[in-house]
Amino acid sequence: MLILLPIIIYLCVMLGVAWKVNEIKHRDDVNFMEEYFIGSRNMGGFVLAMTIIATYIGASSFIGGPGVAYKLGLGWVLLACIQTPTAFLTLGILGKRLAIISRKIGGVTITDLLRARYKNDIVVILGSVIMLIFFIGTIVANFVGGARLFESVTGLPYIVGLIIFSFVIITYTTIGGFRAVALTDAIQGCVMLIASGILFFTILKTGGGMENIMRTIQQTNPQMLTPDSGGAIAKPFILSFWMLVGVAILGLPATTVRCMGFKNSKSMHNAMIIGTSVVGVLMLIMHLIGVMGLAISPGITVGDKIIPSLAINNLHPILAGVFIGGPLAAIMSTVDSFLILSSATIVKDLYINYINPNPDDNKVKKISLFTSLFIGLIVFFLSLNPPELLVWINLFALAGQESAFFCPIILGLYWKRANAVGAISSMIFGVASYIYFSVFKINFSGMHQIVPVIFMSIIVFVIGSYLGEKPDDETIDTFFNI
Amino acid sequence: MKNLKQLNKEAIITCLLYFFYFAWWYYFAYIYKSGSNDFIFGLPSWFFYSCVLGLVIINILVFLAVKFFFKDIDLD
Repeated sequence: MLILLPIIIYLCVMLGVAWKVNEIKHRDDVNFMEEYFIGSRNMGGFVLAMTIIATYIGASSFIGGPGVAYKLGLGWVLLACIQTPTAFLTLGILGKRLAIISRKIGGVTITDLLRARYKNDIVVILGSVIMLIFFIGTIVANFVGGARLFESVTGLPYIVGLIIFSFVIITYTTIGGFRAVALTDAIQGCVMLIASGILFFTILKTGGGMENIMRTIQQTNPQMLTPDSGGAIAKPFILSFWMLVGVAILGLPATTVRCMGFKNSKSMHNAMIIGTSVVGVLMLIMHLIGVMGLAISPGITVGDKIIPSLAINNLHPILAGVFIGGPLAAIMSTVDSFLILSSATIVKDLYINYINPNPDDNKVKKISLFTSLFIGLIVFFLSLNPPELLVWINLFALAGQESAFFCPIILGLYWKRANAVGAISSMIFGVASYIYFSVFKINFSGMHQIVPVIFMSIIVFVIGSYLGEKPDDETIDTFFNI
Repeated sequence: MKNLKQLNKEAIITCLLYFFYFAWWYYFAYIYKSGSNDFIFGLPSWFFYSCVLGLVIINILVFLAVKFFFKDIDLD
């Protein structure tokens, strides 16, 4: 039970952070909505970098990814390294533009941005609904993953893990808002880094050094040390990940919304530097551990178990507890971001826009807190017995969001002619064609479906925009006179 | 308007860096051939160059790019 000690301390720290920042949003000089949903645009470079990383790195990078690397070898680590430049890509392309524009329009969500750019109710409602569906799918999948991990590490029943876990996350997100989410993300990012470092060096030592480990693998599985894993990872497939976890990340609302929340240019510059190194190191180390596991404990059949089993078998219980904090942190930091975004979507984008345009401050406060709590409870009950549909939605969540939002966000910011007709048609076309291709397993010469979907939705967006009217001067002024 | 030009310049530099990392990654993974006994720091040399050295180099480049080409602008 020593293993539980670090986990408990860690969960208490999360709650403590929320408690501390809780005060801020009730101060008189603070705009509640800007504070609760975007932390009053106050993030410094370190917190910005860590929150982008932590939101983006979920259970898959800590448990699933290394599990596949265990099965396929260095080729899968090569694939994971594609994610190294995503932090500087996102910030470099979107950062300052989004920061300036969102301040101009007083926006705190990606939907605010879409509304200001396209001035069209269908874009807003369609966008909000697509986000909510995918967000909730992602939250449930991560909840389930977290509770299962907790179950396998501690031996306590699934339901206990789920209750503790969801209680902590829902509480700190609901009372603390975006600021608590960003701060806990920063702590969680550090925990992930420390955790993976500890495990890496322990395994390195257990295996008698890197060369020794690699030679052992070479003797039994030489194909594990080649870029295509002896043909298991085809080139078109791995190259299409440059789209899926690379360029198209620019269309993920949870990541891009962070570009609205930083304090000044300097924090963005620092975040580009910190973010690139931390993501790179985390991806490299965690996936490499998966491969090294082949030499340390061969013969594990379920890939997902390799990381927890390496941790439990090779680390002192207290250190193992700290380590398990890594994937738990990855999961929690993903869940909290999606939770606060879902509540922002409901309160800000739907309720205030369409139901009650001028609520008083107290009402907004109450509704925001209750919405966060309410969504938290819904996902808790869904996670008790996850319906098949949700598992399916989670599989689609990453690429689905990209196919919906890549064009409206990027082309909206960089192309003056972009308009609502283009946005609506590309959103509908993107999601529909992505679902169609995936369900019927339509494959384009071995590439992931996201590649053709993004290219086609760009074409649809351009055609649609030329069919519709030019955007008015005011919109052009807001978005391009910066 | 003055900002827009600078922002576009920064976006182009970001794209160039991104492309450079891709080219580096691709070259050492698929064009460069390492022998089966070619190890650096215990890792097969293609992997070391592509993933480990690639990470170090892109970090240095991002640092230099931010230092020399990215400007502090007023966001409000």
